[in-house]
Amino acid sequence: MTEPDLRYSEVEEDLRSSVRALLTARAGAGLWRELVGLGVTSLPVPEGLGGQGAGYREVAVVAEELGASVAPVPFLGSAVLATAALLHAGDTPEVRLALSGTPVLAVPLSSWGAVVGVRGLTGSIRSVADAAAADRFLVPADNGLYLVEAADVRVSPVPSLDETRPVADLEFSAAPGTRLAGLDAVRRALLVGAGILASEQVGVAQWCLDTTVAYVRQRVQFGRPVGSFQAVKHRLADLWQELVLARAAARNAADALTTGVDTAVAVSLAQSLCATVAVRAAEECVQLHGGIGMTWEHPAHRYLKRAKANEIALGTPGMHRATLAPLIDLLG
Amino acid sequence: MSEWTDRVAALVAAHDPATTDRAAFLRARFDAGLAWVHFPEGLGGLAAPREAQREVDAALSAAGAPDNDPRRIGIGLGMAAPTILAHGTADQRRRFLRPLWTGEEVWCQLFSEPGAGSDLAALATRARRDGDDWVVTGQKVWTSSAHNARWAILLGRTDPDVPKHAGLTYFVCDMTAPGVDVRPLRQITGEAEFNEVFLSEVRVPDTDRLGDVGDGWRVARTTLMNERVAIGGRPVPREGGMVGVVARTWRDNPDRRTPDLHDRLVALWVRAEALRLAGIRLRTGSPGPEGSAMKLAFAGIAQALSGLEVELLAEDGLRYDDWTERRPAHVDYLGRGAGYRYLRAKGNSIEGGTSEILRTIIAERVLGLPAEPRADKDLPWKDLPR
Repeated sequence: MTEPDLRYSEVEEDLRSSVRALLTARAGAGLWRELVGLGVTSLPVPEGLGGQGAGYREVAVVAEELGASVAPVPFLGSAVLATAALLHAGDTPEVRLALSGTPVLAVPLSSWGAVVGVRGLTGSIRSVADAAAADRFLVPADNGLYLVEAADVRVSPVPSLDETRPVADLEFSAAPGTRLAGLDAVRRALLVGAGILASEQVGVAQWCLDTTVAYVRQRVQFGRPVGSFQAVKHRLADLWQELVLARAAARNAADALTTGVDTAVAVSLAQSLCATVAVRAAEECVQLHGGIGMTWEHPAHRYLKRAKANEIALGTPGMHRATLAPLIDLLG
Repeated sequence: MSEWTDRVAALVAAHDPATTDRAAFLRARFDAGLAWVHFPEGLGGLAAPREAQREVDAALSAAGAPDNDPRRIGIGLGMAAPTILAHGTADQRRRFLRPLWTGEEVWCQLFSEPGAGSDLAALATRARRDGDDWVVTGQKVWTSSAHNARWAILLGRTDPDVPKHAGLTYFVCDMTAPGVDVRPLRQITGEAEFNEVFLSEVRVPDTDRLGDVGDGWRVARTTLMNERVAIGGRPVPREGGMVGVVARTWRDNPDRRTPDLHDRLVALWVRAEALRLAGIRLRTGSPGPEGSAMKLAFAGIAQALSGLEVELLAEDGLRYDDWTERRPAHVDYLGRGAGYRYLRAKGNSIEGGTSEILRTIIAERVLGLPAEPRADKDLPWKDLPR
């Protein structure tokens, strides 16, 4: 097996800089439109289909930056999950139509493995990420993937653990829809989503580490910066070490999604590690900030909520270990 | 075909591995610049990118060429060589690097002392100037390969009247010189893989000093950085290390599997594979503080895996393969039993910088956290409590 390319290319670093500049300059309602304008929401879409003709390595870099800012944009539900499903479905007028808007994959965000759809496009799907932003839904139903106009779906936003990526419940009653592909398109979307999510988790974890390090350097107790206490330093060193491993695994997943080599192993490897590292980083961030870390005012809670929701999203670490075990010949 | 494979082909054509003496072939390989291609020309290299080495090694291996048995000479390759390259004179580089690389001269490291482990800079081995020589007296410990070594890299105290870091000087020590006494040191595994080295009035010529007098700590940092990379950053295939051994034990013992061991094993497999991938990322750059992460993670993973294997083996985990006081030339994790692996891996978080020291290094040098208050920093070494 040849070695994967786990570095960031110059092009990828340039992409990171422009996304970061945009995220620093803009916040709120116009952000998604700006990201669309920048082309970063259509990176893996071939130029012939109106996209950028880039690969999942680039998508992963954008996901890192969006994770680092917990930006409230429908990137995962639309630009990652829905786009991957549509690209798997092939080039049809319906696919082109969907790609031109903000399609969202209608699965519970916690989905991994087998997906049971609705029957006859009647029924409900709970906890769908980014649903409020959708103009169309890609709905698993009757062993296929269907394109349904958002206007034909009852979308009920619910209070979400992670308000930066809110979930909603969908209700269908004999909704009109067009069949785009089989359920393998959904499985492909979940694989891509889980692989890209690992990079988002790295972005979340890196922000938490950087922010905590900056804080403990300037927070003084007992006449010393708290970051000079060994108990604090060693915890942060351990976290940094975890991040070194997580970043390698996430880069590997992004590279494997691009090359198609060893993809299933790379994705579940990354998810089982990065989800846990992001949660640990966010929990350490809250703890090492002390009281201020428990306040609504400080941003740490948004990262904790994103990290915890991401741990469930697209398979828990335990589910990914269960997926991985037979692939690496370690049967239980 | 690349420039590298062309050069290998030329070497093999001129020195057929099948008929050339092993040492002669290795010398020819060194002279062709194919020993370590990132080293300068004339010193076994071609000033080429590090990555080219893999292609060279693969082509040589395919041609049936002998290698230099890197495990036997790890200290020379991983620690002495980069230090000599960075800090040695032209004469020292020319004299030492070639036989070091070919393995004709084995190297060891005389750094740690009974009173200076983590606090290496507090070491007490004294080096006094006497004409063109230095006279060295002291006791070193945890010296692997000392009983086979021709040369040592040695850190000694040349000035006790200044703070500890400022009074050190770095030398190359002839292990066959009078006054060098090497004694085996038995470990918890039963083996004596390491030695204690007693130095009594050993004369080291000033021409074997590496770097300036009093600059030994800076020189030693080159060695220590490379040691951490050498320990944690070797290229390995998937399941190439401890994880492969434990995975095989798992596959061979279906009756002993439990859900608890299974989840722990897969989680450790994930960590081991992520560490391997992080090594691939690290090797594309030059050694830096990230090497500390490799070593820290490696120790934790190896210890957890080897402990899991003993548990998995149940009644066989109660046995031990051999308590004989052996003198192995290198650590053989794979050729020994699970109990040996478990015990030997305990050293992983102690040797080459304890995990606690590594965490402090990461916290201060990578993360930029403030240093602990240090009572010993400005005191002359001779006034430190001991």
